Amino acid sequence: MKQIYSSFHEAVKDIKDHSTIMVGGFGLVGIPENLILALVESNVKHLTVISNNCGVDDWGLGLLLKNKQIDKMIGSYVGENKEFERQVLAGELEVELTPQGTLAERIRAGGAGIPAFYTPAGVGTPIAEGKEVRSFEGKEYLLQTGLTADISLIRAYKGDRHGNLIYNKTARNFNPMMAAAGALTIAEVEELVEPGELEADAIHTPGIYVQGLIEGQQEKRIERYTVRTHA
Amino acid sequence: MAVQMDKAAIREMIAKRAAQEIESGYYVNLGIGMPTMVANYIQPEKEVVLQSENGLLGIGRSPYENEVDADLINAGKETVTASVGAAYCDSAESFAMIRGEHLDLAILGGMEVAESGDLANWMIPGKMIKGMGGAMDIVHGSKKVVIIMDHVNKHGDPKILKQCKLPLTGEGVVDRIITDRAVMDVTNEGLKLVEIAEGWTVEEIKASTEAELIVSEELLHMPASK
Repeated sequence: MKQIYSSFHEAVKDIKDHSTIMVGGFGLVGIPENLILALVESNVKHLTVISNNCGVDDWGLGLLLKNKQIDKMIGSYVGENKEFERQVLAGELEVELTPQGTLAERIRAGGAGIPAFYTPAGVGTPIAEGKEVRSFEGKEYLLQTGLTADISLIRAYKGDRHGNLIYNKTARNFNPMMAAAGALTIAEVEELVEPGELEADAIHTPGIYVQGLIEGQQEKRIERYTVRTHA
Repeated sequence: MAVQMDKAAIREMIAKRAAQEIESGYYVNLGIGMPTMVANYIQPEKEVVLQSENGLLGIGRSPYENEVDADLINAGKETVTASVGAAYCDSAESFAMIRGEHLDLAILGGMEVAESGDLANWMIPGKMIKGMGGAMDIVHGSKKVVIIMDHVNKHGDPKILKQCKLPLTGEGVVDRIITDRAVMDVTNEGLKLVEIAEGWTVEEIKASTEAELIVSEELLHMPASK
């Protein structure tokens, strides 16, 4: 049985100054909203954060940024956040931009015990600077290293007390790989259920990757509300 | 000179022409911005699966208000629906599809394209770097990469160059360029002008293109926008 936290405050207590954390989500979809809010309250500093994006000015990881808790960010797209831009230009925040597929694979590799791998993405671009380039069957590839974290904060739709998780639609994104790549993985779930309630064949993240769970209610803010108005 | 079209009409014209690149049975990734609009012009009789790199194979139409699901977005972070028969996956699997060359076609935007097929579309030195997102992976994974963009920049300077000045997204990755003035293919011999838009002469296209253009012997007219 896994640790079931009674508060979000308790759930993030192992994150200390200078921790490296992974945070699931693509844009604001699939982010562990309440774990992030608790981390803002904890006021831990000098974090290295690995996440595809860095939230928006007033939500998600943007809140950690505003509170100056992040020293370094590893992600693929950070364009939705003005405070991010200000801190980078002021030299307060270090950024490592990684192509999105490379980022996903670096996290997957980290969680799967693979120290590095070759990928074509970034050959001949600024990303290749300082990286080994190797040719396989006439095509060039870059050596990229796997990523791991002290703690991964992820979000799932349903989780059981064994840590088995199921995600909803495109809220899955980076969460499964981050679950495996965190030395300690905490899952914020929309619904916590008893073992056996989830169909074993339908589980996306097997419980071995998850150390703690907490049920929470999310706001699920929408960045670009796009609808059709007529047939 | 060509008739002056407003920005929206130009975008529509380019998107419509780009939609003709899509064949029935294709798996296609459409980039953010103008490329996303291409989906609106795919002929309905074609069976096409649109891939979104945030983990959706089978993007559907935009939702009605009562169908909006905050957990269902495209790579541009817009709310979408899933098409009938769609599949969700995680980001690593999504890029395995891309990197593993399972996509038939990617249609992306561009800032500069070189005659060798080099593409620059992610950063301008001196300006805030927002990140490359999935573009660097997508240009290497798709069987065919089509870039859609204006033929010249807002100052009227060429965007199709002998060599890109901006930092690259990928080297030698572009197969075809579609602009408001022409369609060009990257070939072993060089950049080949294969279609020209209504109202433009070959000389005008050459004058607004820095790269050398080989004029196809079977030069076609681009379909009119209306």
